[in-house]
Amino acid sequence: MKKTTPSQDFIRGIWNENPVLIQMLGLCPALAVTNSVKNALAMSAATFFVICCSSVLVSTCKRFIPNEVRISAYILVIATFVTLADMMLQAYAPAQHKELGAFIALIVVNCMILGRQEAFSAKNNVFRSLLDAMGTGIGFTIALVMMGGFREILGVGAFLEYPLFGPNFEPWVVMVLPAGGFLTLGFILLGMGYFEQRKKAGQADKAEQTA
Amino acid sequence: MNDQTLFSIFFSAMIVNNFTLAMFLGLCPFMGVSAKVGTALRMGLANIFVLVLTALSAWFLNTFVLESFPYLRIISFIIVIASLVQIVEMVVKKTAPALFRQLGIYLPLITTNCAILGLAIFQTNRGYGFLQGLVFAVGAGLGLTLALVLMASIRETIEFSDVPGIAKGTGLVLIIAGTLSLAFMGFAGML
Repeated sequence: MKKTTPSQDFIRGIWNENPVLIQMLGLCPALAVTNSVKNALAMSAATFFVICCSSVLVSTCKRFIPNEVRISAYILVIATFVTLADMMLQAYAPAQHKELGAFIALIVVNCMILGRQEAFSAKNNVFRSLLDAMGTGIGFTIALVMMGGFREILGVGAFLEYPLFGPNFEPWVVMVLPAGGFLTLGFILLGMGYFEQRKKAGQADKAEQTA
Repeated sequence: MNDQTLFSIFFSAMIVNNFTLAMFLGLCPFMGVSAKVGTALRMGLANIFVLVLTALSAWFLNTFVLESFPYLRIISFIIVIASLVQIVEMVVKKTAPALFRQLGIYLPLITTNCAILGLAIFQTNRGYGFLQGLVFAVGAGLGLTLALVLMASIRETIEFSDVPGIAKGTGLVLIIAGTLSLAFMGFAGML
């Protein structure tokens, strides 16, 4: 692994290796709960909590975890924090908890979280693991809120339940249905592919001019 | 206790609320191993097997253990699923080495498939009994297999078609999945 500075650890998860948009990890929650911005925010907050706490705990305990059972140990740590998040949400925001349903419990099998423990927290110190977890959590939040925004604006004509358009706006109901989740992420990826291609073409042009 | 009929549970899990296309569970294998019909089918069958075992053990846990310790639900489910997959892997390796080679990496990967944990949690939330849980698991597994095989056949067909450069890869797969999901929405009013 290359040596990186702490700020790179932080930025990497947000941008270069965004868990949802680049690495395609944690797709199930990204598609399932982004039918409104509010749900997306609640889900991201819960995931952020779980990934930060697990990263800190795993990097603190990395010397005591035997190599053979490390994956099971990570899953146990994650499951503990998910249970905590589940109970806190149930206690403080019961309506939101009902809305998200089983998907809070399913944070356990979000491969993004396990991936960060295995790839980063198990090898680095507590501070850098926390930075890495925070970066990844924020990257996840950005992706989810972006998808939730697209879907809520087009599908309901509102943002955070605040109506944006006049009464003549005909909502695209399909965007808040399951099919809309696949289509939104698909088109976001197509857009990213387009910019990537333009960037490459621009670089090739520059190289030609200087040559 | 839930009083849905077995047929409606089965049909709902398999088609109307298809795990992959309507509830976004099990997307990782859906994106990862849907390039060839053969592997997609085998992955689907392995999933059905583990889903049924999970439904049985989730029912067992719910009836005998979690009654008194409800806060251990998530932790105990994930431990049971992880050890179950490990045991299945060992048994298959010992008794049917040929099948084991065919399944390869997919068998251990099932542990982190959210469809499995999702099934256990939905089953608990809806209060399914023993037989209902079993039927739910088989229906969900067949639904997953159906989605995987459909996706794999479409991907095999478009492999040689001329798509724009930006659409090669996951973007196109997601848009196809969206179209499939639209098609499955046609069943929505049936139950």
